[in-house]
Amino acid sequence: MVLRELTALELGAAIKKGEVSIKEAAQAALDAVAVQDQALNAFITVTGERALDRAEKLQAGVKDAQSPLYGVPMAIKDNICTKGVKTSCASKILGDFAPPYDAAVVDRLAEAGALSLGKLNMDEFAMGSTSETSFYGPVKNPWDLDRVPGGSSGGAAAAVAAGMSWYAIGSDTGGSIRQPASYCGVTGMKPTYGAVSRYGLIAYASSLDQIGPLCRDAADCAAILDALQGKDPKDGTSLDGQYGNLLSGLTGDVRGMKIGLPVDCYGDGLDGEVKTAVLAVADVLKARGAEVVELSFPVMEYVVPTYYIIAAAEASSNLSRFDGVKYGWRAQEYEGLADLYRKTRTQGFGAEVKRRILLGAFVLSSGYYDAYYKKALQVKAVIKEAFDKAFQQCDLLLTPVAPATAPRLGESLSDPLKMYLSDVYTVSVNLAGLPGLSMPCGFDAKGLPIGAQLIGPHFGEGTLLNAAHAFQLDTDYHKRAPKGGDLA
Amino acid sequence: MNIDTEMVDYIAELSRLELQTGEKQAMTAQLEQIIAYINVLNKLDTTGVEPMSHVFPVKNVLREDEVVPSQDRAQLLAGSPAEDKEAFLVPKAVE
Repeated sequence: MVLRELTALELGAAIKKGEVSIKEAAQAALDAVAVQDQALNAFITVTGERALDRAEKLQAGVKDAQSPLYGVPMAIKDNICTKGVKTSCASKILGDFAPPYDAAVVDRLAEAGALSLGKLNMDEFAMGSTSETSFYGPVKNPWDLDRVPGGSSGGAAAAVAAGMSWYAIGSDTGGSIRQPASYCGVTGMKPTYGAVSRYGLIAYASSLDQIGPLCRDAADCAAILDALQGKDPKDGTSLDGQYGNLLSGLTGDVRGMKIGLPVDCYGDGLDGEVKTAVLAVADVLKARGAEVVELSFPVMEYVVPTYYIIAAAEASSNLSRFDGVKYGWRAQEYEGLADLYRKTRTQGFGAEVKRRILLGAFVLSSGYYDAYYKKALQVKAVIKEAFDKAFQQCDLLLTPVAPATAPRLGESLSDPLKMYLSDVYTVSVNLAGLPGLSMPCGFDAKGLPIGAQLIGPHFGEGTLLNAAHAFQLDTDYHKRAPKGGDLA
Repeated sequence: MNIDTEMVDYIAELSRLELQTGEKQAMTAQLEQIIAYINVLNKLDTTGVEPMSHVFPVKNVLREDEVVPSQDRAQLLAGSPAEDKEAFLVPKAVE
């Protein structure tokens, strides 16, 4: 049995049966990290000793384990608070900040018997689409070390793709789980806004942020979401719902399911190979009895500007708390309190974070608020309505995740607007608070993974996962692993 | 709206950020490009559309008050760059 080839659920089953000890699994993952992460840079912090200690404690309780993920090693994006373990948001300004509490999702996963290997690299404060804006250096794509893994949860996607972790917990504000999942050939999901508590997630844009899994396949995704979802009194935006039945609801039966193809998502700007691979998903589901309907989604040109206005506005407000006083890093030299704030923030934030703070300050500033911020909130209502109309005609939407496969390192940093435009298929999902899933659906001529996105109505997670599961029953794209990652 | 260096100075001051001369030129050019692109929203007539803050109807959530322990002060202060076991330390703010 090659442990790294197992899915999280398969490993969980082997642990339960006593075929593998939790310590063996943790050690296999830590060995993989030691061999591969010099090149990939997916981890900011590896908590090896903690992981092995935890493995021993968990092993003692394995007989009574309830969760199918009990004892399975995983890793956490570095913008999710972990008690006593450095949580940096990949920013200099947080220094070696070790939070005094665990995020709600960390608590929930601990209850399910999860074992954390450490904290994952990302774009600084989750702002970026390539994981190159990290203070700790760029993450590399395991399929091609000259290319980006996507972002902002690039470390999470790379760690899962390279077999260093069975699953990872990321966050998605405008595509930050789905797009790196696509570039790295793994399955990832942004749940309905409010389905997973944001308590302990360091905020970028609070009305859009949502935590979710990156993993090997739809079944793992369902099991992880079953553990993550639930109302939390500590997050005022978390919602009551029917949670906990996603894994048991996976049948692969998609007969009569209506798959909507928004024609506006398949036009100019979409790479030909990506288009072909994504449309082939519809054929596979059709062969299993789903219906495919074309429909119009006439708001595509407005989604990126609306997203960047709202996200930047919220970021400029959220990031005002980083001032060199309460946590993290402080500039060495300053004259007085205001200068302490200025010097700390100027030296502590990277260029992309500054750009978004400034853009946010601008769209919120007196005289421009109505023209930009208020306008964006109005367009958001129009976008939400376009989704409502679409879901009157179908059960889910099938679109690309990104217009092309992973770009080369450095290509996106020189042109921020170009990078923003690459988020065109993912950001609308956050604006409307919908669930969105990204799954591997092919490879381009360069051998890079292509991702397909499934978008559902609020609380449509079960439908999305079932469609993805059906697709994965008939294809093996999700089972392929990058070369050079052999570490068993 | 054109973004010029004066505007960038103003929003930088609001944001408590300092930009060096070269950095300011580049940032001004990039923000100008981004704002020009964002202006595409003006093509869409949104007269009469209510601005949407929350996609779900949000209402006040009330509960009984309940006494629970608060975070340990020493733990909270431990993450600070400067503290004296009781409070965060900052330069004198009021003469």
